[in-house]
Amino acid sequence: MTRTYSALSLLREGFNAQQGWQPAWRDAEPKSHYDAIVIGGGGHGLATAYYLAKNHGITNVALIERGWIGGGNTGRNTTIIRSNYFFPETANFFEFSVKLYEGLSKALNYNIMFSQRGMWTLAHDRHGLEMLRRSANAMLLNGIDAELHDGAMVRKLIPGLNENPRFPILGGLNQPRGGSARHDAVAWGYARAASALGVDIIQNCEVHDFIVENGHVRGVVTSHGAIRSDTVGMAVAGHSSVVAAKAGVRLPIQSFALQAFVSEPVKPCLDTVVLSPATGTYLSQSDKGELVLGAGLDLYLSYAQRGNIPWMERAAAGVVELFPAFSRLRFLRQWAGICDVVHDSTPIISKTDLGGFYVNCGWGTGGFKAIPAGGWCLAHAMATGEAHPLARGFGLDRFRTGALIDEASASGIAH
Amino acid sequence: MLLIDCPYCGPRSEIEFRCGGESHVQRPGPHDAASDEQWADYLFYRHNPKGEHRERWLHMAGCGQWFNVARDTVTHKITAIYRMGETIDAGAGS
Repeated sequence: MTRTYSALSLLREGFNAQQGWQPAWRDAEPKSHYDAIVIGGGGHGLATAYYLAKNHGITNVALIERGWIGGGNTGRNTTIIRSNYFFPETANFFEFSVKLYEGLSKALNYNIMFSQRGMWTLAHDRHGLEMLRRSANAMLLNGIDAELHDGAMVRKLIPGLNENPRFPILGGLNQPRGGSARHDAVAWGYARAASALGVDIIQNCEVHDFIVENGHVRGVVTSHGAIRSDTVGMAVAGHSSVVAAKAGVRLPIQSFALQAFVSEPVKPCLDTVVLSPATGTYLSQSDKGELVLGAGLDLYLSYAQRGNIPWMERAAAGVVELFPAFSRLRFLRQWAGICDVVHDSTPIISKTDLGGFYVNCGWGTGGFKAIPAGGWCLAHAMATGEAHPLARGFGLDRFRTGALIDEASASGIAH
Repeated sequence: MLLIDCPYCGPRSEIEFRCGGESHVQRPGPHDAASDEQWADYLFYRHNPKGEHRERWLHMAGCGQWFNVARDTVTHKITAIYRMGETIDAGAGS
């Protein structure tokens, strides 16, 4: 029986006709009581369950998921990992996440295929260049490596850029340690490691209601019956408002659809991640060869996991403007994920007015890169009742006190 | 893709419009009597229903007028359109 993945286990199973592989995690049935319940089997929920067991020794944990694990936004994003934020609170948090990603394949004994191929933001006018300069300075002050290059250097380092673009490329900011990872592997790796530590992963189990006694959560009522626990964490971005409302908790979140696309697969031709805010484009190439590109938010409330046609056209036009050689490629798939949009574009990792109920939400369009740190900090809050030092500014109280961390303006997040 | 029936111009494509968010949000007041909770609620907390939502739209590339729309956030089906200053009963659109 093979439990640890290694070159040796591959060799051994090769001689054993591949008969010894076990399912990566246990598909569990719920018990009646747990020390902690995590709602949501996406990256953040799975990471939370793993760090509850790993960092805090709480192994009697149920992770409940309405569908299948990794099937929500974890499976619908463009898998970009970066930490190019402006304010110290957010920069430190996302940088911690990038560092956890760097060691994650080893920590989980599961290859998450993190490829640090660099992450470029391009400037097409003088003002854009000034913003990049400001951004680079902020990153360097926050201890995050950043490189600012002029247009000639950008052309040299990114293959295939338009020789004669309508919007000239005046410069670019590269975060060399940014890149992309395999989204399913992140979910499955956390699931496998959490399951090995004793966490029950319960799929196809929907939360219908919360059991509340004297202002404190005592469990949840699910499609598999009641499951009791005095500590419940929620990581269901996209549907945060809907699930929290069942606990009587209101969140300052609006749900919008963000769509993404992949092209037909081609040979390796783009070895980095390129974001061009002015042309509305971001794209990279997956290991399968597909170009992965994203659009902007459809700016009206939506729980429909599909995007609208105008944005599809705009995203395609932006790619062709930057990379004319891609104009003949066809879209292979199109989809959308539902994003929790918060006024200041800073996440929420917080206790709530309901005792024992903690939330991880408000990731906007960029939750994937935060999975390790989001899980780490929610687990810390659930285990200790206190906010993790890295997430102290991410509480719900900031909307009352006014202490917003306004990344919406500071790092030019487009919503 | 939405086809929005502007009360002033008739049905047009969604690219001519811009959504202005939830309708019928009331500013608390008088300003020095409103609590921090009331201000937070007014500034940051919005209905985010999975179902019918009342929202304001602007016919930006048309008549430039604002109006209200009742729209389902799952199917995107528009069930009612009514002018600014008017209200309709809950569920009246569906």
